Amino acid sequence: MKLLKTYLHGYEKESILAPLFKLLEAFFDLLVPLVIAQIIDVGLKNRNRSQIWGQIAILLVLAVLGLAASISAQYFAAKASVGFATKLRQAAFDHIKDLSYSALDATSQSTLITRLTSDINRVQDGLNMALRLLLRSPFVVFGSMVMAFTINVKSALIFVVAIPVLSLVVFGIMLVSIPLFKKVQFKLDRITQATTENLTGVRVIRAFRKESDEVKDFDQRNQELTNLNLFVGRLSAAMNPLTYALINLATIVLIYQGALQVNFGTMQQGQVVALYNYMAQMIIELIKLASLIITINQAIACGQRVQRVLAIPSQAQTISHGKQTQLADSSVEFDQVSFTYEHAGAPSLSDVSLTARPGQTIGIIGGTGSGKSTLINLIPRFYDVSQGTVKVGGYSVKDYAPGALVKAIGVVPQKAQLFAGSIRDNLQLGNPAATDDELWSALSTAQAKDVVEAKPGQLDFKIEQGGRNLSGGQKQRLTIARALVTHPQILLLDDSASALDFATDAHLRQAIHNLNGQLTTFIVSQRAASIMQADQILVLSDGQVAGLGSHEELLANCPVYQEIFYSQFPEKRKPVQA
Amino acid sequence: MAAKKVNRVEMAADRMSSGEAMKKVLRVIGGYRILLVFSIVLAAISVILQLYVPILFGRAIDGIVAKGRVDFSLVSGYLRQILLWVLIAAAATWVMNLINNRLTYQIIRDIRVRAIRQLQVLPLSYLDAHSAGDIVSRIIADTDQLSDGLLLGFSQLFSGVLTILATLVFMFSINWWISLIVVLLTPVSFGVARFIAQHSYKMFHHQTETRGEQTALIEEMIGGQKLVQAFGYQQRASRRFSKLNKQLQYYSQNAIFYSSITNPSTRFVNAVIYAIVALAGSFAILSGSLTVGGLSVLLNYSNQYMKPFNDISSVITELQNALACAARIFALIEEKPEPAAVTVPAFKNESQMQQTLPAMPAASGAVELSHIDFSYVPEQKLIQDFNLKAKPGMRVALVGPTGCGKTTTINLLMRFYDPQAGKITVDGRSIYEVTRHSLRANYGMVLQDTWIKTGTVRENVAFGKPTASDDEIIAACKEARSWSFIKRLPQGLDTVLTNDSLSQGQRQLLCITRVMLALPPMLILDEATSSIDTRTELLVQAAFDKLMQGRTSFVVAHRLSTIRQADLILVMKDGKIIERGTHAELMAQGGFYTNLYNSQFAHLA
Repeated sequence: MKLLKTYLHGYEKESILAPLFKLLEAFFDLLVPLVIAQIIDVGLKNRNRSQIWGQIAILLVLAVLGLAASISAQYFAAKASVGFATKLRQAAFDHIKDLSYSALDATSQSTLITRLTSDINRVQDGLNMALRLLLRSPFVVFGSMVMAFTINVKSALIFVVAIPVLSLVVFGIMLVSIPLFKKVQFKLDRITQATTENLTGVRVIRAFRKESDEVKDFDQRNQELTNLNLFVGRLSAAMNPLTYALINLATIVLIYQGALQVNFGTMQQGQVVALYNYMAQMIIELIKLASLIITINQAIACGQRVQRVLAIPSQAQTISHGKQTQLADSSVEFDQVSFTYEHAGAPSLSDVSLTARPGQTIGIIGGTGSGKSTLINLIPRFYDVSQGTVKVGGYSVKDYAPGALVKAIGVVPQKAQLFAGSIRDNLQLGNPAATDDELWSALSTAQAKDVVEAKPGQLDFKIEQGGRNLSGGQKQRLTIARALVTHPQILLLDDSASALDFATDAHLRQAIHNLNGQLTTFIVSQRAASIMQADQILVLSDGQVAGLGSHEELLANCPVYQEIFYSQFPEKRKPVQA
Repeated sequence: MAAKKVNRVEMAADRMSSGEAMKKVLRVIGGYRILLVFSIVLAAISVILQLYVPILFGRAIDGIVAKGRVDFSLVSGYLRQILLWVLIAAAATWVMNLINNRLTYQIIRDIRVRAIRQLQVLPLSYLDAHSAGDIVSRIIADTDQLSDGLLLGFSQLFSGVLTILATLVFMFSINWWISLIVVLLTPVSFGVARFIAQHSYKMFHHQTETRGEQTALIEEMIGGQKLVQAFGYQQRASRRFSKLNKQLQYYSQNAIFYSSITNPSTRFVNAVIYAIVALAGSFAILSGSLTVGGLSVLLNYSNQYMKPFNDISSVITELQNALACAARIFALIEEKPEPAAVTVPAFKNESQMQQTLPAMPAASGAVELSHIDFSYVPEQKLIQDFNLKAKPGMRVALVGPTGCGKTTTINLLMRFYDPQAGKITVDGRSIYEVTRHSLRANYGMVLQDTWIKTGTVRENVAFGKPTASDDEIIAACKEARSWSFIKRLPQGLDTVLTNDSLSQGQRQLLCITRVMLALPPMLILDEATSSIDTRTELLVQAAFDKLMQGRTSFVVAHRLSTIRQADLILVMKDGKIIERGTHAELMAQGGFYTNLYNSQFAHLA
C-alpha cells in the first residue's frame, strides 16, 4: 500500500484534519452523559432550576459544536478521498497507456477497466470511511472507559473486562466470516457460469440430449452454495444475540456495583445513569467498527489490485531507445529473426529473413497462427525480437527514439477499430494537424470517399462507440484512410481488406500502388488474390518461412502456397490435372 | 465492453401487479410457511423484550437513591428479572436469525432448481427471443434480491414497525406529555434529511453522468490501447481523460460532502430533542411526576426512536424492488413449456408428467418433409409449402441468400421449432409422434456458432457419449483432424477449456470430433461463413467429408466444394425451394443458382 500513499500527497492536511475533527465530535458526545449526571446529582437533588437550565444550555452548545466539528470532518474527508482517487485514476490511466504490447497481452482488458473504475471507486469510499470513522469508533469505545474511570474506578473495571470480551466476539466472528464470504462468491460464480452455459449452448445440449445431466450438475452446484451459505449464516446469526447478552450482562454487573457504591456513598445516582449510558454507547460503536473494518478491508484489496497494475513495468522502464529520429529510406529488413511471445512454449517466428526495398510491396500469406501478424508487429517495434535484427530505414528498430517509428509507419490492424467521435476525429488520430483536403485524399485512396460522402455531415458524421453504426467493410476502409493520413513511409495492412469485395480490394491495392514510389507496403492476407501481384510473397507456416518469391516462382515450387492457391482457385488446377 | 450495463429486457409478464407477485412469492414460500410464522413470533418477542429491558434498568436505578438509601432487594430483584429477559431475548434473536437464514437460502435454492429445469423445457422460440444475459440475471441476481429484499425486508419492516409501536407505548406509559414532545419534534429530523437529499441529488446525478462518460472513454482507450500507441495518441488520450477526471472530482467531492452532511444534521436535531427531553424530564422529576430511572429510559428511547423510521423507508424501497424482481423471476419460471417437452430430473417430490410418446429406433436415414409452412412471427411468412425427400445416405446442400430459411430447416429437422402446418417423417414415422430425445439421438449436429462447455477437452469431446474410453476419444480426434492441436495443448485431453481458449477453426474441429465420437445415422451441418484461414479450413473440410460418408446429411453450405459434392442442391429463396438438382444440372438451367454461383464464386475462376 506504500506505493498508493504517494497519491495522497497534497492532501496531507485534509487527511489529518478529518479524523481530528471527528475525534472532537466524539469528545463532545462523550461529555453528554456527564452533563446528565450533573443534572441528576446536583440540579435535581438540590432542586436548583437555574443549574438545570445551565446544564441544558451546555447540552445545546455541545450539540452545535458537534455539528460544526463533524461537518468540517466530512468536508476534509470528502476532499482528501476524492482528491486521492482522482490522482490515482489519472496515474493508473497514464500508466496503462504506456504499457508494452507484451504487458497488454498478459492482462485482460476487462480487468484493467475494472481497476480504473469500480476498484478505484471502492478505494475512494474506503478511504473516506476510514478518515471519518476509523479513529472515531475506537476513540468512543476507549473514551467511554476513560470517562468511566473519571466517575468511579471500581465500576470502570467492568469496562476493562467487557471491552476485550466483546471485541473478541465481534472481531472473531468477522475474521472467520471474511474468507468464507470469498468462498460463497466463488460458488455463486459457478452457478452463474452453469446458467449461462445452459443458455448459450442450448441447441447443443438439446441435440446431445444432455438436459438431465445439466440439471444434475446445476443441482449439485446449487446445493453446495446453499450449504455454504447456511454454514456462514450460522456464524453471523450468533453475532447479534451474543453481543446483546454480553453487554447486558456487563450492565447488570455495573448496576449492582453501582448500587453498592451509592449505598457506601462513594458514588451518586446520576453517575450510575452516566455509566449505564456509556455502556450502551460502547456496543454500538464496536459493531460499527466491525462493519467498517470489512469495508476498509475490501477497499484495501481493491487498492492492492490497482497497485498491481501500477507495478507492471511500463515501456519506459523496460525498453531502451536510441536517438535516431528519421528513417534514411523506406526499406525494411529482417535478418534471421526469431520471436517468442512471453510465457509461450514455442516460438511464433523462427529464423525469418526478408529484405523489402523502398517502394516494394510485400505479401504475407499463411494459416492462422503461422506468425503473419507477429511479423508485421515487429516492424514498428510493438514487440522486441528474441533473436536476430529488424532494420527499418537502414537502422535497427532499437536505434530509434521513442515515437519515431510510429510516426513513419502507418498501421492498419486486423481488427477494424474506430473510436466514438466524428469521422474527422478518427482520421486525425495519428496526425491532428491534417487538413480536410488531406483527409479526403486519404479517403479517396482507401476507397472510402463514397462512404463518407453518403453520411450526413460527412467528415462530421458521429461514429458511435465501437463503430456500431458502420458496416465491417466501411470500418476497414476508414482504418486504412486513418493510416494514410499520417503520410507513412511504410504501410502495414494486416488482413485489413477481408470484408471488402474483390473489386474494391483490387482498386484499393491499385490506389495504394499509385500513391508514392517510395511507399513500402506489407499486405497480410488470407486471400491469394490480394497478394498475387506483390513484388515478393512470404509464405509462413508455423512461424517458419515456407517460401519467398514471386507468385509464379512460388506456384512452381512452394507446396504450401500451391495448397492455398488451388483451394481458392480450383479452376486453375484443372489443366495441371488434365 | 458493455459489462456495466444491466441487461434488463422486458418480458410481457414482467408487468404483473405487486399483489400478484406477492401471492406467487407466498406460494413459493409454501412449505416453509411454518418457519415464517415462527420467525415473526420470535421477532416480536425479541423486539418487545429488548425494549422492555431498559425500563427494568430504569426501575433498578430508581432503587439506588443515595448513600444508605439503596433498596437492595428491589435492585437485585429487577436485575434478576433483566437477566432472565435478556437471555430469552438473545435466544429468540438467535433462533430467529437461524430460521431466516434457512428460509432465505432454501427459497433461493428452490427457485433456482425450478429455473434450471424450466430452461430445459422452454421452447427455443422463447430462449431465442430473450438475451442470455437477461435470463441469467433473473436466475442469479433477481433471485438473490428477492430473498434478501423480500424476506429480510419483511422481517425488518415488521420489527421496525413493532419497535416504533412498542417504544411509543412504553414511552407514553412513563410520561405522556414528554413523549408527545418527542413524537411532535421527530418530523423535523426527516425534514432536514430530505432537504439535504434534494440538494445532493443534483450532484449525484452529475457524478453518475460524468462517471458514465469517463467509463466509456476508459473502455474505448483500453480496448484500443494498441491502436493508441500505434498512432502516438497517448498524450491526447491522457488529456481527454484528465479533463473528465477533474470534472468528476468536482462532482464527486460535492456529492459526497453534501450527502455526508445528513448524518451530522439529523444527529444535531436529535441532540436538541435530547436536551429538551432532559429539560422537560428534570422539571417533571421536580414536580414528582417522573423518576430518575424513568428519565434515563426516556432519554434512551428518544435516541433510539428515530432509527426504525430510517430503516423502514429504506426497507420499503427494497421491498418494492424485490417485488419487481419476483415478477421477473415468475415471468420466467411460469412461462409455458413446449409441448411434449423432455423429462428432467424431478424437483423434490413434485409429481411429473410421464412421457407417453414412443421412442424412435435407430434410423436408416430416409427423411421426408411435406407441405411445411413455418414462420417465426405470424405476420412474416417464412417457409411455405416446403417439400423434400432425402434417401438414406444422401447429401443435401442448402444454398441461398441470407434469411432464405436455410437455418430454419435445421430448426425444424431437430424439432427446435415446430412448423405451423405440414409434417416431417424419418423412416416413415412422424417426428411429432416420438420423443424429442429419440429423434435427436439420430442426428449429429455441428453449428457454425461453435459452443464449448467449460471443462476438459475430454468432457467436451465425450459430450454425447460420456462412457467413451480414451482410445475411442483419441481415435475420433484423429479422424476429425483435431488430434494434432489437442495433443499440443498443455495437458492434452485434460486441458480445461473455456469458450475463448481455442481459435475458431480449432473450436469447429472440436465440435466435429464431438459428433464423430457419437456417430449418429444422420447429420446436420452448418458451415461457417466467417473466414477461418484456408489451411485450417481444409482440415475442417476433410473432417466433414469423413463424417458425411454413408450418412444422410443436411448441410447449410457456403463452400464451393461442399456444394459441388452434394447429391442434391436445394436453392432456397424467401422460404421456398426455387431450384433443385446437382451442380451440373443447375448450372445447365442457367437460373438463380447460376447467378448465385457466378456472383459468389466467379471471381475465383
